[in-house]
Amino acid sequence: MSSSSAESGWLSSPILKKVVTGVTGLGLTLFVLGHMIGNLTMFSGPDAYNQYAHFLVSLGPLFYAVEIGLLAFFVFHIITGIRIAMGNRRARRSRYAVRRTAGGPSRQTVASRSMIITGLLLMAFLVIHLLSFKFGPGGPGNANAAYFTTVDGVGMRDLAKLVHEKFQTPWYTFGYTIIMLLLMLHLRHGVWSALQSLGAMRPSLTPVVYTIGGLLGAGIAAGFIVMPLAIYFGFI
Amino acid sequence: MIITLKVWRQEGPDVPGRFETYKVPDANPHMSFLEMLDVLNEQLIKEGKDPVEFDYDCREGICGSCGVVIDGQAHGPQRRTACCQLHMRHYRDGDTIVIEPWRAEGFPVIRDLVVDRTAFDRIVEAGGYVSVNTGAAPDANSIPVPKDDADLSMDYATCIGCGACVAACPNASASLFTAAKISHLALLPQGDPERERRARSMVDQMATEGFGDCSNHAECEAVCPKGISIDAIARMRREYMRAVRR
Repeated sequence: MSSSSAESGWLSSPILKKVVTGVTGLGLTLFVLGHMIGNLTMFSGPDAYNQYAHFLVSLGPLFYAVEIGLLAFFVFHIITGIRIAMGNRRARRSRYAVRRTAGGPSRQTVASRSMIITGLLLMAFLVIHLLSFKFGPGGPGNANAAYFTTVDGVGMRDLAKLVHEKFQTPWYTFGYTIIMLLLMLHLRHGVWSALQSLGAMRPSLTPVVYTIGGLLGAGIAAGFIVMPLAIYFGFI
Repeated sequence: MIITLKVWRQEGPDVPGRFETYKVPDANPHMSFLEMLDVLNEQLIKEGKDPVEFDYDCREGICGSCGVVIDGQAHGPQRRTACCQLHMRHYRDGDTIVIEPWRAEGFPVIRDLVVDRTAFDRIVEAGGYVSVNTGAAPDANSIPVPKDDADLSMDYATCIGCGACVAACPNASASLFTAAKISHLALLPQGDPERERRARSMVDQMATEGFGDCSNHAECEAVCPKGISIDAIARMRREYMRAVRR
C-alpha cells in the first residue's frame, strides 16, 4: 500500500503525468505530421526536397528554437512514459492467469497495451534516424563535398541524394516501413488518449475522436512509407 | 450440471497463492454464481477442507461487496452486473471456470478471493466534508440544479465502490472510482466551497495507495456494474487542473 514512496518527487501526480504525456504527445504528433508532409516534397523532385530542407535550416535561430523545443518534448514524453509504465508494473505484481477484455466501450487493443514497447522502439529508431540523416554525410559536423549541390544558384546540402541512397538498401527501407507501422499503432491509441487525458472529451464525441485518432495515425504512417517505397521500387 | 472450478487459494496476504481445481456436481442453472460457490463450500466443509473465502453482502447487485475475476473478466462475462447477479444459466454443463481475486498492489489479498479494499475508503476520507446547510428542510428548488447536471451527477454517484475498475485495468489504476467520487460532487452546488481541495486531496490519496496510472484503455467502463463512463476521468482531470491553477 505504501509502494508509493517510489512515486514521489518530480511530476508524481498521476494527473500531471498524463497531462505532460498528452501535451507533449500532441505536440510531437503535429511535428510528425509536418515532417511527413515535408517529406512528400520529394515527389516534386530532388531539387524541391533540397530547397525545402535548405529553407528550414536557413531559418536560423527560429529553426534551432524549434529543435530545442522538440528535444524537450521528446525528453518529457519519454521520461513520463517510462515512469508511467514502471508505476503500472509496480501496481500489479501478481499476474492474472486468464485475461479477457470485456469489449463494448473498452478501447483496450494491441495498440493501447503496447504503448511502452512501440514508444521505446520509436525512440531507438529516432537515434538511428538522426544519425543517418541529420548528422549523416553533409550534415552538421560531417562536411562532405559529395553531398553538396546548387539549386538556382544557391549552394545547399544534397539531402535528397542521401535519402535516395539510404532507401535503396532493403533492410533500411523495410525496417523504416515497419517502424512507421509501429508509429501508426502508437498514434492509434496516443492521439485519442492524449485528448482524453487533457479532459477535452464528451462521451458523445468519444467515437469521433477515437476514429480521428486512428485515421490520423494511419495517414501519417502511410505518408511516411510512400516516399521510401517509391524510391526503393524506382518510381522516383 | 457439472461445473469444474479453478479457484485461487491463498492462506494470507504474505503467503504465495495457487490454483485448486474442484468439481461441483450439484450446480444447477437456477443458481446465482455466488450460490454455486456456496454449494462448493458446503461440499468442502463436508470433506473437512477450508471453504473458499469470498466477499458478498446484498446479493442484489447494489452494495459493491462482491467481486471476483471470472475467466479473465471482472464480475464475469455479463455486462453491467456485479458477479452476484450472474447466473449459472449462462454456463453449460461441463464448463470450466477460472476464478481469481482482484489483483492489484492497492488491494492486497486477505484470503482466497477476499481483498482489502480499504484504500477506497481512504480515498473517500481524503475528500473531507461537504458543506450542506442544516436546519429546517429548505424550500423545493431553492438551490437550482440544471436537470442535465443532476442526471450526470447521479450517473457518477451510482458507483458502488466494488473495485472492478481497478481489477480490470491493465495498469491496476483506481482512476474511474476516484473520478466518479470527485465528479458527482463537482457537478452540484452542495459542497462547492470544498471543490478544489477535494479534487486535489482525493487524487493525491489515490496516488499514495499504490495504484497504477490511467492509460485510457477504458476497460474499467466496460466492466463497471454501473456502466460509469470514463468521461468521469476526463472530468476529474479538469477538476484537478483547475485546483492546481488556483
